[in-house]
Amino acid sequence: MKHIDEYRRPDSIKGLVAKINEISTKPATIMEVCGTHTVSISKNGLRQLLPRTISLISGPGCPVCVTGGSDIDTAIAYAQQKDVILATFGDMMKVPGSYQSLGDAKASGADVQVVYSTLDALDLAVKNPDKKVIFYGVGFETTAPTVALSILEAKRRGLKNYFVYSVHKVVPPAVAALISLGELKLDGFLCPGHVSAIIGSRPYEFIARDHGIPCVIAGFEPADILMAIYLIVKQVEESSPKVEIAYGRGVKEEGSQRALEVMDKVFETAPGDWRGIGVIDGTALAIRGEYGDFDITKVMSVEVPEAREIKGCECGEILRGVKLPFECKLFGKACTPRNPVGPCMVSSEGSCAAYYRYEGMGILNDG
Amino acid sequence: MCLAVPGKITQIKELDIAEVEVNGVKMEIGLHLIGGAKAGDYVLVHAGYAISIVDEESAKETQEFLKEIEELEASLKLAFSDETHR
Repeated sequence: MKHIDEYRRPDSIKGLVAKINEISTKPATIMEVCGTHTVSISKNGLRQLLPRTISLISGPGCPVCVTGGSDIDTAIAYAQQKDVILATFGDMMKVPGSYQSLGDAKASGADVQVVYSTLDALDLAVKNPDKKVIFYGVGFETTAPTVALSILEAKRRGLKNYFVYSVHKVVPPAVAALISLGELKLDGFLCPGHVSAIIGSRPYEFIARDHGIPCVIAGFEPADILMAIYLIVKQVEESSPKVEIAYGRGVKEEGSQRALEVMDKVFETAPGDWRGIGVIDGTALAIRGEYGDFDITKVMSVEVPEAREIKGCECGEILRGVKLPFECKLFGKACTPRNPVGPCMVSSEGSCAAYYRYEGMGILNDG
Repeated sequence: MCLAVPGKITQIKELDIAEVEVNGVKMEIGLHLIGGAKAGDYVLVHAGYAISIVDEESAKETQEFLKEIEELEASLKLAFSDETHR
């Protein structure tokens, strides 16, 4: 496939690894912020190809994983209301809330439907005029504009039965919060490619400028990621932190003006609840008052049971990069992709699932 | 979740709706989030919408960089195998 296969050639990968080996002298810990990067790194065995000087750790970049337990409990409470269809991306179905998942709620009779796009959710609203269709909006800046569009479209079409429960989150301030926690010494950020397709490269500038940490925006194929790691290592060696784009075919410095306008029209920032980090100001996208008719939190109130932590689960530490999946006592024992306990094992883009499938444990346990 | 795949626009169907081909599969997507896409362009498709037009010029530059690296690697390998044969 064009624009994919060219970035998977073994010779490019060998060449890039050789280049990294050639220049790397200082130890460097690089965090990949995006879950899609985590999967690609594990799947392609990139960690094992890199010199010992470089460690890669996963950050809070899987939207499914960082969604707070109480947000899931609330979505379930909405799904259980009479005459409601809760539409969601498939990724959210199995994620555990405090007591159950959306999948469990569906099995007990709630009408939960998986959609591929908000366009499908709008169709559901048109086809079911007697029901309230609530779209469960989860995701970062990549996804939020498509949800904002659905609200504008529902307004244009005069749909009275389409609503959104938005728990969308934004990435750069969460990275700032992670840095200020000071739990880790990070030498570089591998910045998310498709979040950056929307927001551009400028929102990361403070990280390089104020914190002296290199930031490189990367694509998702193995050569894309290695190219970005090479640029980060070069910045580390030269002590010249800056923001670079190693994914120029998808990302422009200024991002996408149209998408940013749509997002800004419908959403405003609010405090966001991140699993493992807690509430961070300015990291959630709430629906503006002007579009309150489509905001289910303004239209319908539900009783949500008190949230509780999942016992023994260390997803929080893993999402902050403080622990590796292997270091959680449940990993590969009580918690596997077949019987997941925490969200990092449920989501295909969670770091536990990626480590389990591609970095040893799965081979040991599944034969 | 932020997965997006490159698809080729085969047809602009109406304002802001296009047919794209992704790995041999044709589907309709929204162009509302990008401007100026035309048939033949590659776009990155996420959750039913194009989120950016693939910049062919930049893709070409990256490919040239990778080709240079491959050649460098090949010449090093050759030098190495010369030495081991000696």
